[in-house]
Amino acid sequence: MSYEDMKKQLQDEMKKWKEGPLAKTLARAPERREEFTTSSEYVVNPVYTPLDIDEEKYMEELGLPGQYPYTRGVYPTMYRGRFWTMRQYAGMADAAESNKRYRYLLDQGQTGLSVAFDLPTQIGYDSDHSLSNGEVGKVGVAIDTLADMELLFDSIPLDKVSTSMTINAPAAVLLAMYIAVAEKQGVGVDKISGTIQNDVLKEYIARGTYIYPPEQSMRLITDIFEYCSQNIPKWNTISISGYHIREAGSTAAQEVAFTLADAIAYVEAAIESGLEIDQFASRLSFFFNSHLNFIEEVAKFRAARRLWAKIVKERFHAKKENSMRLRFHTQTGGSTLTAQQPDNNIVRVTMQALAAVLGGTQSLHTNSKDEALALPTEESVRIALRTQQIIAHESGVADTADPLAGSYYVEALTDQIEAEAMEYIEKIDELGGAVKAIELGYIQQEIADSAYKYQMGVESGENIVVGVNKFQVEEESPRNLLRIDDIVETRQVERLNKVKENRDNEAVKKALDNLRSAAEGTENLMPFILEAVKAYATLGEISDVMRDVFGEYKPAEIL
Amino acid sequence: MSERKVRILVAKPGLDGHDRGAKVVARALRDAGMEVIYTGLRQTPEQIVRAAIQEDVQFIGLSCLSGAHNHLFPKVTSLLEESGADDIIVFGGGVIPSDDIPFLKEKGIKEIFGPGTGTDKIINFINSLCDE
Repeated sequence: MSYEDMKKQLQDEMKKWKEGPLAKTLARAPERREEFTTSSEYVVNPVYTPLDIDEEKYMEELGLPGQYPYTRGVYPTMYRGRFWTMRQYAGMADAAESNKRYRYLLDQGQTGLSVAFDLPTQIGYDSDHSLSNGEVGKVGVAIDTLADMELLFDSIPLDKVSTSMTINAPAAVLLAMYIAVAEKQGVGVDKISGTIQNDVLKEYIARGTYIYPPEQSMRLITDIFEYCSQNIPKWNTISISGYHIREAGSTAAQEVAFTLADAIAYVEAAIESGLEIDQFASRLSFFFNSHLNFIEEVAKFRAARRLWAKIVKERFHAKKENSMRLRFHTQTGGSTLTAQQPDNNIVRVTMQALAAVLGGTQSLHTNSKDEALALPTEESVRIALRTQQIIAHESGVADTADPLAGSYYVEALTDQIEAEAMEYIEKIDELGGAVKAIELGYIQQEIADSAYKYQMGVESGENIVVGVNKFQVEEESPRNLLRIDDIVETRQVERLNKVKENRDNEAVKKALDNLRSAAEGTENLMPFILEAVKAYATLGEISDVMRDVFGEYKPAEIL
Repeated sequence: MSERKVRILVAKPGLDGHDRGAKVVARALRDAGMEVIYTGLRQTPEQIVRAAIQEDVQFIGLSCLSGAHNHLFPKVTSLLEESGADDIIVFGGGVIPSDDIPFLKEKGIKEIFGPGTGTDKIINFINSLCDE
């Protein structure tokens, strides 16, 4: 029988099935819901068949692993070659404390570092700034000067580990500090590898650690692209992030859409600044969330990969295959963790991690069970890391590329997410691109609407959260939460003062003056920032020079 | 109080950028018929108190997920007191360990709503205080 005949026969069968067995069963026992939907509000059919996909487009839409459009994975061998990088996001208190946690994680078999900075560091304030009061060392490690950074990576050879740093508005400064530490360790900068998040657009959209207005932020970002392409070839210059967009309440399709819309804006800015697409596109990396609707999440990763490949090839006319490969980090969904019955979070994280692996992630952070309450303890971080190791070594899912491909449901959802994301991107293009859409509040509004709708669904009982609005128990408040003592702030400020006393303040002033004139002009700022960092200028001092020249971003408030 | 619409300031003190909860609560309160003013991110306690007095609100809802709540929330209540505006009722939410709640209540925060709280619970809390 030909494929077409089979499809025709299936169509007839399907009709009979719907009118016969399905209708009869429904008459006797209605389904649990009137309508089943995914997070993206796609109506889920009772069953998926070859009628839901177009298998004739196999080569065009799926292909093979490592081949355009990379739906089946970005590398030919995928996890048969090597597993994803197990990379737990960590950092708290001060550099000495965080250094201890990193060395613990490396001892436990973690394969890459991921640095969490405290909020003052992320917003370019020193620990002694009035706005830093109460926030020092709370959500990550406090870094004021190169001296902190030297301590943070003490006894960690930077040519042996790759380091991801969640830093955006001040990304250039922290990258400069990392380069300086590598030089002090005697490691050539061409040997260091890692990622800076450097994605300011999603800070305006969802995460909030912006400093400068969009235009000046885009300049800093493209300066980094250019500097790295010439000096640090193994560095991922940006991690374009849907993670926080999803945490803010978007659907799966919106996560893909807004992330890729931001990516388009970065590519356009870089091209406008004179770079060639193939000169920087291979160093763009992505960061997605893994949420709870298992199949939809697997489909989402595949859809993102395929759509980005098409955009880079068709819209930006890239020639190099590496430019078209969407490589991404995944973190399990923080907002899906519950404070109630926190042990249940281990199960949630397991499913989300599995979806990320089945979706072909390049690196993964698994959340710890206690993160709805506080920073994780060492014990709960170990369970989270073990979860990845069990998936890698025991489950068998890593033994073949893209194992869920060909599932009618997975393929249908992949197509649907890609199509909806493309529609959003077209809409954003009409508005004038991602920067404009953010300034208009369009993207923020779409996300806020989705977040509100979800919460109302939880409150009406339509969305069940186990342990929260169903299956509740009386429970004692959890003990043994990690606490950051206020003494951390006092000590950090003392440390900062000491550095300021012992440095060559003439050299600092000169470096900051040079940075100022460069910022007023059009030169690449990276060398100037590096010079300032090496003179032990503080993060706050460097950021203030740029605040003076660039101004600060004032958001429009969207409810 | 029933003649006048309830006025509430929803505020994000400190440097925390997680505003999903604050926005959802603000919108739910608005849908429940209250007048809601949202401050946006990165507000100092001073700015929050000034806005609350200017806007003549009866309630301030504070949201903080960065762990700085023990520092920021009591600053708001003590500034209200200094300004003679301590009739404004302050409540809060966010990632707040239950061990911290007695301390915050002692400092004049009327109620703390942790992760997983339904907006109906917050609306009931406000309504019950308005009825008093």
